[in-house]
Amino acid sequence: MDLFHNLIFGFGVALSWQNMLYCLLGVSVGTLIGVLPGIGPLATIAMLLPITFNVAPVGALIMLAGIYYGAQYGGSTTAILVNLPGETSSVVTCIDGYQMARQGRAGPALAIAAIGSFVAGTFGTLLIAVAGPPLAEIALKFGAPEYFSLMLMGLIAAAVLAQGDMGKSLAMVAMGLLLGIVGTDVNTGVQRFSFGITELSDGIGFIVVAVGVFAIGEIVSNLGDSERRTVFADKVTHLYPTRDDLKRSAGPIARGTLLGSFFGVLPGTGPSIASFASYMVEKKLAKDPSRFGRGAIEGVAAPESANNADAQCKFIPMLTLGLPASSVMALMLGALTIQGIQPGPDVMTTRPDLFWGLVASMWIGNALLVVLNLPMIGLWVKLLKVPYRLLFPAIMAFSAIGIYSVNNSSLEIYLTAIFGVIGFLWIRLGCSPAPMLLGFVLGPMMEEHLRRAMLMSKGDPSVFITRPISLLFIIATVGILIAMILPAARRRHADISG
Amino acid sequence: MQLEFRRNKDFWTGAMFIATGATAVVLARQYDFGTTLRMGPGYFPSVLGGVLVLFGIYLLAQGLRSNDKIEGTWSLRALVVLPLSLVMFGLLMDHAGFVPALMVLIVGSAAASSEFKLTEALLLATGLTAFAVVLFIWGLGLPYPLLVGW
Repeated sequence: MDLFHNLIFGFGVALSWQNMLYCLLGVSVGTLIGVLPGIGPLATIAMLLPITFNVAPVGALIMLAGIYYGAQYGGSTTAILVNLPGETSSVVTCIDGYQMARQGRAGPALAIAAIGSFVAGTFGTLLIAVAGPPLAEIALKFGAPEYFSLMLMGLIAAAVLAQGDMGKSLAMVAMGLLLGIVGTDVNTGVQRFSFGITELSDGIGFIVVAVGVFAIGEIVSNLGDSERRTVFADKVTHLYPTRDDLKRSAGPIARGTLLGSFFGVLPGTGPSIASFASYMVEKKLAKDPSRFGRGAIEGVAAPESANNADAQCKFIPMLTLGLPASSVMALMLGALTIQGIQPGPDVMTTRPDLFWGLVASMWIGNALLVVLNLPMIGLWVKLLKVPYRLLFPAIMAFSAIGIYSVNNSSLEIYLTAIFGVIGFLWIRLGCSPAPMLLGFVLGPMMEEHLRRAMLMSKGDPSVFITRPISLLFIIATVGILIAMILPAARRRHADISG
Repeated sequence: MQLEFRRNKDFWTGAMFIATGATAVVLARQYDFGTTLRMGPGYFPSVLGGVLVLFGIYLLAQGLRSNDKIEGTWSLRALVVLPLSLVMFGLLMDHAGFVPALMVLIVGSAAASSEFKLTEALLLATGLTAFAVVLFIWGLGLPYPLLVGW
């Protein structure tokens, strides 16, 4: 029993008191930012990077992972109580969760969300443990053409599945790839797009782009819109779901978990897609679909399980292939690189403590979230009353310290300011920045693999379709594109003729 | 149909991509393009710039057809004040020290909101700065002077 052995080893790492502390810290901070709208896991992880410099890699990763999946739990709390999704993945939970709260059933809604998330988290963790090692083994056989095709598939999928206009998202991927080129060319030593600025010879810092576009651009955008909140918190009296609630939720939780795990492994699909898809499935399967939207507990159980399963499974491509499937994962890759660990398929063999420790800690973290969160709902609700005008200067302060501390460079602060403005423009123009960030991270790697593949094949581009694994990725890429373009074209056609 | 360019979302998106792509292509001409077999440093950026221009043209055309409007306000106040506070933070970190840099950043950022109140912002800045000094300078040992020349 290799798996059993590895898991015991992992728990040994995760249960050390330091790592338990980092896990607890991570999930608490994660829940906090999940509850607070307007601040997501991405900005938080960027802010906390300076703290992770002083922590061992295992502890750092455990904490960052905790923030990420903790945010999914927290997001549901606000969705149910305030009808305000703390995270984008909780948008669907608002529909029935808030209705339940209005009927005085906020307690069972919150409890089912927590139970569903826990089941999904446990399943996701197991999936990583079971599927991770064989996947990494396959990945070790990848050559340059396979990596290029895989990255191409990831980027196209990310763009196509992102919210909003597909053409814009694809263009944003190209934009990210271009931004990733800035700096010294590894093969020739030529400085590209660096305008003679020495700090740019290492490229634009990942955190600079992430914080600029996601944190600052977001704040500028939020300040333009006014807010309004009504809390139904006083009505949280009894937490326990009835036997009927549990019976109704079992199926949705199982299906949501499976759907979420499936979407989780796909690159580019955020947890919002998983939760939305599972909600639609439950509505289709329900005997009485009219209950949905009026406080059906299935409408809380399914999406909440799906988004947590998705969040967990996003770790699979990151840990086994070294490829980020979402922008948060890209940031975690960045954190690992800063720690001096080159993410990829060999992490599992060279740093087994990192892989198995993280896997075990995720299960512990999920358990902690259930135990901690339900009794602390009152506290989270109080935090919701902190007005945004006090919140965002704090975000600005911690972000700025975080960026400055990476290289002690004020130039990076100025660049962040510029990216903040650009990010705001992108938001207003309806260009979603997440595909850009993936392109930005993958850009240099992709160029490198493309060049190597061309050298290998003596300039023959057919290498991408003559090697079986690479061909598989190319077929999948084309398939995704066709699947998305056809219905859109048909719809447009119908619009014109109708 | 009357086209209004000023708030045409896709038109401006397309224009932005065309401008970025074209700039990339022009700048990349300084770098060796190479051949498909041995790609030079100019190969990848030139191709990407070209792709971006193509997407830009497509979006621009789409904008002329659909004429979708840009939604939301421009929040000019925040758009100017927030980046400016960051620039001040950078300058003050280099020349004045951690405490003044952070105080200015926090009060400055707070001023980006239309609900800005000076006393409240000063209180917030003092509290957060004290917290940051304890956490980052004393706790994590980040090597920044609290106040230069003091």
